[in-house]
Amino acid sequence: MKLIKIQELLEAEAVTGKYDPEIEIEIGCSSDLMSEILAYGKPNSVLLTSLNNIQVINTANVADIGVVCFVMGKIPDDKMINLAKINNITLLTTILTTFESCGRLYKNGLKSCSYLD
Amino acid sequence: MDNTRTTSKIQELTYELKIKDVMIKNIKTVNSEMSICSLGDFLKKNRITGVPVVNEDELVGLISIEDFINCIKNQDKDAIINDKMTTNIETLYEDEPLVHAITKFDKSGFGRFPIISRKNKKLVGIITKSDIIRGILKKLETAYHDEEERRYRASHIFNDIVADEVFFKFQYDVEAKNFDKAGEAATGLKKTLYRLGLSPEIVRRAAISTYEAEINIVSYTDGGKITAYLEPHQIRIVITDIGPGIPDVEKAMKPGFSNAPGWIRELGFGAGMGLPNIKKFTDKMTLRSTVAKGTRLVIIIKLSDYRNGD
Repeated sequence: MKLIKIQELLEAEAVTGKYDPEIEIEIGCSSDLMSEILAYGKPNSVLLTSLNNIQVINTANVADIGVVCFVMGKIPDDKMINLAKINNITLLTTILTTFESCGRLYKNGLKSCSYLD
Repeated sequence: MDNTRTTSKIQELTYELKIKDVMIKNIKTVNSEMSICSLGDFLKKNRITGVPVVNEDELVGLISIEDFINCIKNQDKDAIINDKMTTNIETLYEDEPLVHAITKFDKSGFGRFPIISRKNKKLVGIITKSDIIRGILKKLETAYHDEEERRYRASHIFNDIVADEVFFKFQYDVEAKNFDKAGEAATGLKKTLYRLGLSPEIVRRAAISTYEAEINIVSYTDGGKITAYLEPHQIRIVITDIGPGIPDVEKAMKPGFSNAPGWIRELGFGAGMGLPNIKKFTDKMTLRSTVAKGTRLVIIIKLSDYRNGD
């Protein structure tokens, strides 16, 4: 799924500014527990979370996750935005809940990452 | 001081440069049916001391001037290459980093290695120690090329690099309870390993496991240290802290076990997944802990996908 499509489906705003809308995202994952994301998150995926602190950016960075969307209108602070920009991570924010965000992406064909592989 | 800096620059280059960057591509080959006498003329004419033996595109052996001299000594003039060549040959892939060739030269004592393509296993080049020196010097791009060549003679470079089997060492101090800084060691290590050309999957595993260990130091200890060693076949990461130690290591290793205080959980950790995650992403993990003294965690990530056949 193209990044622009994800942004549209989630009615999200890109807080890290301009990005390449053509970036292909293959997988979605969601958790507020960063260890879960580290355990089964996949490279080239979008992370949906309502956790809003610097460790979300570090988690995305070490796990090669290129896009993070904060749900329920949470807006990352400047330090997080800067760190994301340096590491080429796109940050989105949506007013939707975690449940609805995941539902919209899943319904439109974005795959989930299995924690079994 | 100056010497240390130069050495590490050379070490860096041995990772950055690939074998194909320095190997000789336009290679001469001989057929195994060629007579030893003609081989002598061939080596002389081409001013080389050894040559790969290739039959119908397939690498079958190596023959060197030493084999030729032995034949003459034994008055074995009618022999053909097939009788005298080395068939037990070791090869390297063109996309491997230079350091693999250096290690192989050091361990085997051979003078040259044929280089093959990973795709079709066909011979694409040959490498000798002097090709490595030339490649590194070229890359150093110093104005005093000739002087450098004298200063870093083959033996010198090889001693520096292979001497203690550790190519790089990175060290990070990790502060207790400082969540703003947590992650700096892991992300710093990740950047460095990428820059050295390690595969993304290896880098990811090293980064994730270091990150979990770093979060543990910040969350549960009075501070600690992360030291990563890049060795020829593995990354070894040693994580130590100054206490308070883990009373029951077996229990701590159980997925889901946690005694994390609320503030750690609020930050997205403390679910009892840290140590199991580290285990998941590493090839070996050793955890030793003494209450009131501290904990020492050693993790190993093998570079196996990087070195085919190992």
